[in-house]
Amino acid sequence: MRVDERMINTVVIAGLLALPLYALAVDEPFTITLVTRAVILALAAVGLNIVLGIGGMVSFGHAVFFGIGGYAMGILAYHAQTFTVLDLGLFTTGGTKMMPVIWLVAMVVSAVVALLIGVLSLRTSGVYFIMITLAFGQMFFYFAISWAQYGGEDGVSIYVRNSFPGLNTLVPIQFFGVCFVLLCVVLFLVAQLQASPFGLALNGTRQSEARAQAVGLNPMRLKLLAFVISGAVTGLAGALFADLNRFVSPSMFSWQLSGELIVLIIIGGVGRLIGPVIGASVFVTLEHFLGGLTDFWHVYLGVILLCIVLFGRGGIIGLLTGQEGAHV
Amino acid sequence: MTTPLIIEQVLNGLQFGVMLFLMAAGLTLIFGVMGLINLAHGSLYMVGAFAAAAVAGATGSFFLGLIAALAAAAFAGAVVEMVVIRRLYAAAHLDQVLATFALILIFSEGTRWLYGSFPLFLDIPDSLSGPVTLPGGIQYPLYRLTLIGIGLAVAIGLWALIEKTRIGVQIRAGENDREMIAALGVNISKLYTLIFALGAALAGLAGALVGAIQSVQVGMGEPVLILAFVVIVIGGIGSIRGAFIGALLVGLTDTLGGVFLPELFKLFMETGAAQKSGSAIASMGIYILMGLVLIWRPTGLFGARA
Repeated sequence: MRVDERMINTVVIAGLLALPLYALAVDEPFTITLVTRAVILALAAVGLNIVLGIGGMVSFGHAVFFGIGGYAMGILAYHAQTFTVLDLGLFTTGGTKMMPVIWLVAMVVSAVVALLIGVLSLRTSGVYFIMITLAFGQMFFYFAISWAQYGGEDGVSIYVRNSFPGLNTLVPIQFFGVCFVLLCVVLFLVAQLQASPFGLALNGTRQSEARAQAVGLNPMRLKLLAFVISGAVTGLAGALFADLNRFVSPSMFSWQLSGELIVLIIIGGVGRLIGPVIGASVFVTLEHFLGGLTDFWHVYLGVILLCIVLFGRGGIIGLLTGQEGAHV
Repeated sequence: MTTPLIIEQVLNGLQFGVMLFLMAAGLTLIFGVMGLINLAHGSLYMVGAFAAAAVAGATGSFFLGLIAALAAAAFAGAVVEMVVIRRLYAAAHLDQVLATFALILIFSEGTRWLYGSFPLFLDIPDSLSGPVTLPGGIQYPLYRLTLIGIGLAVAIGLWALIEKTRIGVQIRAGENDREMIAALGVNISKLYTLIFALGAALAGLAGALVGAIQSVQVGMGEPVLILAFVVIVIGGIGSIRGAFIGALLVGLTDTLGGVFLPELFKLFMETGAAQKSGSAIASMGIYILMGLVLIWRPTGLFGARA
């Protein structure tokens, strides 16, 4: 049986919207929170998929941007809740609890850091690139641990979820709505990007850098731009994730998280628009049910992952559509 | 800052460096010959430490523990190579990363299952405990000095193995052209298993040796693994000599940075702030070193020129 990819996209998005609405109807707020978690992880992986799936760069350090998004939220909200001044050298601010402002800061800072990391690590490729991104991730992890002002190893707790004009974000379904709309907007933009001249050129660079160069494209610039966009999207997801938990800690920078983001993409299907969303849904479901059965659910996750890599090329979408998808 | 303190810290840095070398040597050998990036190398380090702690705890002999560590890690390495890794040589780097990431999950949670989350302890043997007096009257722990000795001995042994023996010739030939040496009648899959087991044994040895000065627990391998990555990125992937130089650089930078940067900052900052920002910068020191090396030489100090 061959299924059309567009149909899969529609079904997945509809399902992601229907489940929390059903949970609202039968009054199970925990399910809503669980789906929100899946939506946010999906958003982070959608960001990673821009470099991994379209650009063919295996970044093993995307937790950097997830963590930066988280700390952007944590730091701004911390100063707002303690009424202290955040001194940035050029100007001072009292922090903020407004989500749109936090998102903007998270995305801008992530993009700037992505630019710096990208300029250094894109000088290399292949295994070097994997190891270097991993090492940068670790650098931010240790920096966050030694950053005593914001809790060091313990992180920062935010007592009240940040606000969005016109909504009460403490109601699970309303916060879910915010995250879901953001995911849809980003998915729409990524679809546009994939079909744009930039997306096509990036895709061509993944398939053959030499050919791309021969027709006059600049692979380094394409990849760097993709890396920056990708970092900004994952940073946005990090800010939402911190808001979901009302807590940030260095664990948002951990290398396991970088690995898990890649895993989400592989489960769904590399380079597919909706692949990360399917991957995140499956991951959160497994985490919830296997995690309820045994404390050692990562063993099963490991075995499943090994089977996907060794036998099931193309992830779930590849299985359904009968096409392997992008080669990285 | 007194001279004995500086010498002591330099020795600490060397000790850390040679232990990193044991990890990095296996990684770089496996990458150089088989073209495989192995994230599960840190798990083999952990396997060695647990085997040593379990056997030393049961028999009371640290040296039996070391032998157990070598054997267990080499065995685990050989089995993993034959069951999983062998299928990945021709695969994309992404698949290698994922499959070996999956192996980490299986190894870590499997070990937690067997031994629980609490750390095990491995004691330094009596014959190696206590300080020795170095020329110049400096007191230094004998065990750490022994580690430096073992690390240097392994480095020399590895050099001799690769440069002077028949297996070494095959390994070097394998780095250059694997089809050719297979055509010349070398059993390539046996050679690969052997190299993987050798790398695993070195990782296991490092785990056991370091386990005696730190605690033996699940997840101990991954921070070391990532440092070993930094080492081989600096040294150049596939180069044993690069791994050795890189390991010493990283070991010294990390140890000396942690001690001297706060002191340096105190020259122009108040004590508390200097301590804080000094140690924050020091924690990033080796990554800054890596960045600088990459700007200078994108393929590492001794890597093949692109």
